[in-house]
Amino acid sequence: MTASTTTPSRKGRRFRFNWVDSFLWFIRITAIITIAVGITGSVQHFIAGEGPTLEQWRDLIISSISTGAMYGLIALGYSMVYGILGFINFAHGEVFMSGTMAAIIPATVLFNTGFWDAQPVLSLIIVLITAMITSVLTAVIVEKVAYRPLRGAPRLIPLITSIGVSFFIQYAFAGLFGVAIRSYPPPPGNLTEDIIIFGVPIEGTKILVIIVAILAMIGLWYFVTRTKTGRAMRAVAEDKEIAGLMGINVDRTIVTTFIVGGAMAGVAGLLWALLFRGVDFLTGFLPGIKAFTAAVLGGIGNLPGAMLGGVLLGLFEGVGPILVLDGLDIVGIDIPAVSQLRNAVAFIALVLVLVFRPTGLLGERLGSEDRA
Amino acid sequence: MKFKRSMRLVAALGALALVAAACGGTDFEAGALGAVTVESGEAVEIRSLEAISGEVAFLGIPNENATRMAVDDFGQIHGHDVNVGTGLDDLCSADGGQSAAQTIVSDEQVVGVIGTSCSGAAAAASPLISEAGLVLVSPSNTSPSLTSDLAGNVAENWNAGYYRTAHNDLFQGQAAANFVFDNLGLRKVALIHDGDPYTNGLTTAFQNAFVELGGEIVVHTAVAVGDTDMVPVLTEVAAGGPELIFFPIFPAEGTFIVQQIGGVAGLEDVVLMGADGLSVENFMNVPETEGMYFSGPDTRFDENTNEATGVNGVDFLAAYDTQWGGAPSADFWGHAYDATTMLLTAVEAVAVVDGDTIHIDRQLLRDELSATSGFNGLIGSITCDEFGDCGAAVISIFQHNNLDDHQASKSNILYTYSG
Amino acid sequence: MKRDLKHIRALGLIAGLSMSFVAGIGMVEKFNIRVLIEPAVTMGYLVLFVMPFVAGSLAARGVPNPLVEPVRDPRANGISGLITGLIAGVFTAIFVLIIDTFDVTEFFPNMRASTVEEMTFGFGLAVGLVVLVLATTVIGGLGGTIFGLPQRVRRGLTTAGGWVLGFALFEVIVSDIFSFADFLLDLIYAPQGGLEIWSAVIIGALAWWLTARYEGRAKEFALTVRDADPKSRIRRSVIWAGILAAILLPMLLGGIVNELLINVSLFILMGLGLNIVIGLAGLLDLGYVAFFAVGAYGTAVLTSTMGSAIGPGWSWWIALPVVMVFAALAGLFVGTPVLRMRGDYLAIVTLGFGEIVRILLLSDWLTPIFGGAQGIRRIPGIPVPFLGTISGTRPELFIYFMMIFVGIAAYISYRAQNSRVGRSWAAMREDEDVAEAIGVSTVNAKLLAFITGAVIASFAGALFSAKVGTVFTNSFDVLVSIIILVVVIVGGMGSIPGVFVGAFVLIGVLGGPKSPGLLQEFAEYKLLIYGALLVFMMLKRPEGLWPSARRSRELHQEEALQDAWLDKAGEFDDDESGEVTS
Repeated sequence: MTASTTTPSRKGRRFRFNWVDSFLWFIRITAIITIAVGITGSVQHFIAGEGPTLEQWRDLIISSISTGAMYGLIALGYSMVYGILGFINFAHGEVFMSGTMAAIIPATVLFNTGFWDAQPVLSLIIVLITAMITSVLTAVIVEKVAYRPLRGAPRLIPLITSIGVSFFIQYAFAGLFGVAIRSYPPPPGNLTEDIIIFGVPIEGTKILVIIVAILAMIGLWYFVTRTKTGRAMRAVAEDKEIAGLMGINVDRTIVTTFIVGGAMAGVAGLLWALLFRGVDFLTGFLPGIKAFTAAVLGGIGNLPGAMLGGVLLGLFEGVGPILVLDGLDIVGIDIPAVSQLRNAVAFIALVLVLVFRPTGLLGERLGSEDRA
Repeated sequence: MKFKRSMRLVAALGALALVAAACGGTDFEAGALGAVTVESGEAVEIRSLEAISGEVAFLGIPNENATRMAVDDFGQIHGHDVNVGTGLDDLCSADGGQSAAQTIVSDEQVVGVIGTSCSGAAAAASPLISEAGLVLVSPSNTSPSLTSDLAGNVAENWNAGYYRTAHNDLFQGQAAANFVFDNLGLRKVALIHDGDPYTNGLTTAFQNAFVELGGEIVVHTAVAVGDTDMVPVLTEVAAGGPELIFFPIFPAEGTFIVQQIGGVAGLEDVVLMGADGLSVENFMNVPETEGMYFSGPDTRFDENTNEATGVNGVDFLAAYDTQWGGAPSADFWGHAYDATTMLLTAVEAVAVVDGDTIHIDRQLLRDELSATSGFNGLIGSITCDEFGDCGAAVISIFQHNNLDDHQASKSNILYTYSG
Repeated sequence: MKRDLKHIRALGLIAGLSMSFVAGIGMVEKFNIRVLIEPAVTMGYLVLFVMPFVAGSLAARGVPNPLVEPVRDPRANGISGLITGLIAGVFTAIFVLIIDTFDVTEFFPNMRASTVEEMTFGFGLAVGLVVLVLATTVIGGLGGTIFGLPQRVRRGLTTAGGWVLGFALFEVIVSDIFSFADFLLDLIYAPQGGLEIWSAVIIGALAWWLTARYEGRAKEFALTVRDADPKSRIRRSVIWAGILAAILLPMLLGGIVNELLINVSLFILMGLGLNIVIGLAGLLDLGYVAFFAVGAYGTAVLTSTMGSAIGPGWSWWIALPVVMVFAALAGLFVGTPVLRMRGDYLAIVTLGFGEIVRILLLSDWLTPIFGGAQGIRRIPGIPVPFLGTISGTRPELFIYFMMIFVGIAAYISYRAQNSRVGRSWAAMREDEDVAEAIGVSTVNAKLLAFITGAVIASFAGALFSAKVGTVFTNSFDVLVSIIILVVVIVGGMGSIPGVFVGAFVLIGVLGGPKSPGLLQEFAEYKLLIYGALLVFMMLKRPEGLWPSARRSRELHQEEALQDAWLDKAGEFDDDESGEVTS
């Protein structure tokens, strides 16, 4: 470990760094060119009258935004837990699933008794409360049983524990509710009808989703910045030890974080019930991964970033394939069945964002122990 | 296997010498593939290999249940019970099928296997089972690559000893294409599969048949299993301006498609058509599926009686309800029942009775199965061709018009195709 | 004697909840098909009643306190156990009563009439519930009482119980191994499956006696071998015996066991590769299956002539080095963008890469090359002179290939661990910035880790293709990545023997994602058990089942310090009362 080994490696280091950097630049340039060509191609198609019509594009964009809003709500939970405890809570997707699965029970009962259509607002509120309570319960129990004992452990351990918890909850629900997919009744009242906003007809459920997401965001923002508990959360996220020394009950604050995250997931559960209506025990898995992707996209630990990341992810994976991939045929790359590649597009988008901006779009917000 | 056989042979010869000295018996010579000897007190061993766990369990569990019911109804073979043992899981995958098949062929007493549910599993299980001399009779495999192209050419994954009572997908593709082209008079179709070899095989079969009739496939795309947001794929489909969408996939993604199709401009009047993967209870319960067409094997089994057991479709469903609660979750129960009885009938026919023991020659069993002709089962009249396609070869297309009574809908048949 | 009633009540409720849960997901009913000891002990009831048993012994132990040794008094412990059992039993009985009264099968399909039947043992509701409560109470008491017995008795009972359980559960394997002694098997096992009662007793007694007599000596022997000089006679003869056993065993074992061992070794191979990436280099790669897929599909495309437009139909041996190059390139391609990413981002990005690879392999776009949904078929096996082409249809021969490649991978891991690269990995794992500062090229180290891991995974992929003969993308989903991770972690991160242990325990016993384990019935609940096991291991023994010494020390630093403090404190315990007086 003397001069003979360090000098060559330092020389090699500089050489290697350039190579890595140039590879990253290669990725950046390829990405920009591909996207540009793809969009040009799609525009050409559009002008020529092929491809989706304006109305279809419009519906697609709105639908993608509302899906993205839902990802954003789930992403909030991931972001908060990461900000405070420093690990990816894999089980958060299952927290979301538990809420939306459990709320099928009141929804079905209400539907069968006719209450569902008779009192749409009240029915939805009942579903919302059930979903929120279940999600919160799941989150809190998981925290108490699986995460609290591991508070001081190296970061990998709680991460792996959360993977185990995720499996456990998935298959517990599979055992309890059965493996077949279950459907919510159609949205009550006139929700599925189009409402005209600025001359654009948008389906009622999609508007509701976006509005609820915005309201949740505002509520969360108010909670985190204006209330005492919220400030305690931010203090604990900043530095656990010092916050504890200042008299903040760290344990309780962490539980509160999980409660808030669970509540947001519960709201997302309601929105899922309205938008997609089908739930099975694996429903939490992919949206969970995508929500974490969204959180990373926006900047981990950063709450507005989580929401932004969610909406952007929804747009990337919804609009991306058709906009970019379909358009590539003007240079001879003919890709059939572009919709099949949606998830790939979502992950490629993640990689690209991290290559272009490693801390996420709006920057990270982490505690002192986690900051790089 | 070779070493174990030789050790067993030495032990057997020794024992045989003793036994031969003790009692005489008829001479039984086994054929090229060997034979199974069922002693007094032992049972005739068959196995069930279906997809019984995970998300596809709804496909395999009714098949295994039907197999067990058939065994109970058939009774004994020359005084010996028939034993199915623990149901094996094909995990709907090639490696799962292979592992399970390995378990089966390790037991030299097993005569035949009823399975698999998934064509992918059969691709790996079939060579193993064939090499070991057993027979594999499938109630659910529909992939053409396992038998032939129905024009006399053997398929790439065919193995001796493979039979199926389910139809060949080339058949169903043709049936569906005919229906859309002739009966509905439509010319522009969009296809959606989900990456599974079965669904993809079916859409490809439809495409080939439809194009040959003169129609046009405007979009042939796919969703991924687990997808929930269908608006993008429906937008891609809508961009092609189809008159009908044929999506022979499974309830999870199918439900999302029918529920979200209203949100995509341009698809207001499009006709929807699915296949047997979708004609299950939890899909047909969804209100938006009313008016859809479904293609699949004809399941009007009420009138058909299985000649080996005397049970007809109505009796079966009633017995199923009593024993397992509710109706079967997928539509191949009749095929499974018939596959089992077909196998057991063949075993009974080739078994050589020698006092209290029976000998079952494996090659003769294969010959007997291959020669099945006009066997009356729940699914209709069964005749096997040279490559193992034994299905009753009747595809029917019904329109779903009764959300409360699915059986009534399934009887609302608009078109029947029997090749 | 003070009895902590709150603790007992909590344990009783948790036990009751677990019992209801297990019944409510249909496990009891499903598992009861398997008879362990004819006629009464079935697996479902075993799983059900193990909970009050454990709760009873935990109740007897009292609230865990590192300063105080638990009191072992059979009678008092037994009473604690009884109370716990009673609470659990009543809770469960109420649950059964509820699902009998209300039809909840619309939402909970596994809580149906037959579940109630099973839980009331077929005695009808009233009698059955009483029997349930009584049985639970008694078993709870049993758990408590056994806790109070002297250590020798407890150890003996545990060993006996373990062996009996082993013989009962692994009947298929035992039958396969001893298939030449059929008469013995017929004696021990009942015709319908399961042990006969008296054979269970005999096996248990035998196990107790043998362990009591010879365990000490066996342990001594193992220690001597381990500590012996590497060149000594004893060490070498043990190693040669091991090698001989490995060569001869496949011929003696039947097809089932060989198939199982092949599946286990596939995961050992991949586990060894991931162990390098995670355990040695500290990079949390959740998309490891991508390299496995590259190996498998690469081999498939190059050796099969059916399914791919560019199928040249090469021999497996020629395809292998080409595939290794592909995998190395893939490792490079995945590793480079993630070089600068923090640990958790790395995890999600690699997971993304895994999915991207799988989606591309499945896509309609690349179907001409990769077969798309139909996969690639008719992949020939491994050609060997004089023996023909060996694939999964001859597991007793194929397993030798697995052994060879597992050996190669283990060797690579071992050498890498103790080399300069291994040390730079360790440095990087501890603290990346400090490592950079002292001159370790983290870029090289990371890339090397990825590439080595990728190449090892490609071995597994190539062998997998040759074994199964057809590849479909559903064998390469994210679940496989996670299972490999679980195997490495549960076995022991960074520990080579740990990977072996983890693979045997998880894949061999419980079953892998696409292969059945020894216990067929577990298939439906496999991932549930995986999850619970993972959580349990992380809470109690995060260093794994066979840890590397280093990791053990890292993870139990706090406890080690506490133990040291306690030892010190013990010096002040003059009257040996267990309490520190001065």
